[in-house]
Amino acid sequence: MIKREFWARFSRNRLAMSGLILVIGMFVVALAAPWLAPYDPDKINVKELLMAPSYAHLLGTDTLGRDVLSRIIFGARISLLVGFVAVGISTLIGVLVGALAGFYQGWVDRILMRLVDLMLCFPVFFLVLAVIAFLGPSIWNIMVVIGFTSWMGVARLVRAEFLSLRERDFVVAAQSLGASDTRIIWRHLMPNALTPVMVSATLGVAGAILVESALSFLGLGVQPPTPSWGNILTMGKDNIEIAWWLSVFPGLAILVTVMSYNLLGEGIREAIDPRLKE
Amino acid sequence: MWLYLAKRLIFMIPMLLGITLISFVVIHLAPGTPVELQTTMNPKASLEAQKRLKELYGLDKPLYVQYWDWLKRTAFLDFGRSFSPDRRPVWDKIKERIGITLSLNLLAMILTLAVSVPLGVLAAYRVHSWFDKGTTLLVFLGFAMPSFWLALLLILFFGVYLDWLPISGLTSLQFSQFTLWQKIQDLVAHVALPVLGAAFMGLAGWSRYMRGSMLEVIRQDYITTARAKGLPERTVIFKHALRNALLPVVTLVGLSVPGLIGGSVIFETIFAIPGMGQLFYQAVMSRDYPLVMAELVIGALLTLLGNLLADVSYALVDPRIRTG
Repeated sequence: MIKREFWARFSRNRLAMSGLILVIGMFVVALAAPWLAPYDPDKINVKELLMAPSYAHLLGTDTLGRDVLSRIIFGARISLLVGFVAVGISTLIGVLVGALAGFYQGWVDRILMRLVDLMLCFPVFFLVLAVIAFLGPSIWNIMVVIGFTSWMGVARLVRAEFLSLRERDFVVAAQSLGASDTRIIWRHLMPNALTPVMVSATLGVAGAILVESALSFLGLGVQPPTPSWGNILTMGKDNIEIAWWLSVFPGLAILVTVMSYNLLGEGIREAIDPRLKE
Repeated sequence: MWLYLAKRLIFMIPMLLGITLISFVVIHLAPGTPVELQTTMNPKASLEAQKRLKELYGLDKPLYVQYWDWLKRTAFLDFGRSFSPDRRPVWDKIKERIGITLSLNLLAMILTLAVSVPLGVLAAYRVHSWFDKGTTLLVFLGFAMPSFWLALLLILFFGVYLDWLPISGLTSLQFSQFTLWQKIQDLVAHVALPVLGAAFMGLAGWSRYMRGSMLEVIRQDYITTARAKGLPERTVIFKHALRNALLPVVTLVGLSVPGLIGGSVIFETIFAIPGMGQLFYQAVMSRDYPLVMAELVIGALLTLLGNLLADVSYALVDPRIRTG
């Protein structure tokens, strides 16, 4: 598809554009965190414990007197990192499984698709919780576990694309010219299956950020003192009757971030295939 | 149809076996054991004591023997004894909690349906209107809402700011001295926030689905016919269209099971409700293998049954779906 046409459709969609701008904004915040944050996010200040939002501390301070705004700004780095690495892992697995199943079909396909069915029947959040609790909570474990439990959708997408592309003339032609399987998969099939994968990866980032923050909130994710939106909220829950700002602002950051990735993903989907828009 | 159902039920057995095998291996191969967890706290625990504890839990045997033993017992619904100090049978622990979790989720589901169906119908009826755009915005908000943040906001507003509702537990301390009427009031007040939260989490998906289903139906010829006959719009929408649009929504009930299970962990932990979700969280934190496995099996079984319900209801609703 022509890039200009895609962009024309995408930029006309106001929701999608606001999603894109917000996503870029989050990137800027995460990358420029040390310059944007008004305070050192780990600086403990016993004279300013649990201060309500004020001019000095726009979003207040936490139980150790640390500036909440600075911690939220640095927390954006964690969300971004977890979102992208986890989705990278799941996309890689999903693309490989889907490509193998869709290209070779037969028993390879049957076995792999049974595996996908099996994984889809797992109560995923239960499993993630158990594995993380046993492996020990750390940001790397979270990314790997989320990645390994969320590749099924991509695998199905890629398989479906491959199944329909495989019989097309250009593939048959390449095959009769003696192209190797690897070459056909990577040069001829994959580029054509890439767009739906992109959509699902964008939506996947949103999902990964949600799971990470839930795990951190339950104490099974990013461990303090490293700031993450989820673990600031844990402190909010423990002090809910005296410090509302600890519960409100980090959650707002999660909501806005997740929503912008969802808007962006839906926007790409609609720009690729305008028929999807009712 | 019956043949289809039987086939699907039989097909569930290998699935369940696969799920338990993977869970068992993953859980037991993870570094650290419950024995270490219990003895590192106590420096007096000798190597001898650790060994005894291991034998008591059956962790000294090879993994495949452990799995086989576990499978044999589980086939007769015997999930073994909990590793926690009370050593109670796992099934007893689950039995006293499963009712709470199921009824809370059922209440939430009813509430979700009661709100999302009218919302979806109206949005579809006035497609592209301001109302439709408003619900679309609500849907995007709903999809991005972290469940635990929603719970905190509910606590903050109804529990702390307005001070209307209790924010944790299932009953008050003086519950046993209450009259029946007071007991009912007390229970309702305690479950209000968790149910409200869980219901909102389903709202986005359901109203979106309802809107899509309704849009599909409204385009059909028989709706045009009904209108052409001069039937009042109310009859056309609520009698002819809604009835047909509601059918596919049944499948959503089945497919929402995994989400509800995950939500239970979050809401029960935050609101301190003694249900299955809270039990799972505690079991995971104390490495209570038998309890974790039992909950995973029940979770997987519910998910599989949910999928079955979705497929069967879809086949019943739409005869074009092959059941052979």
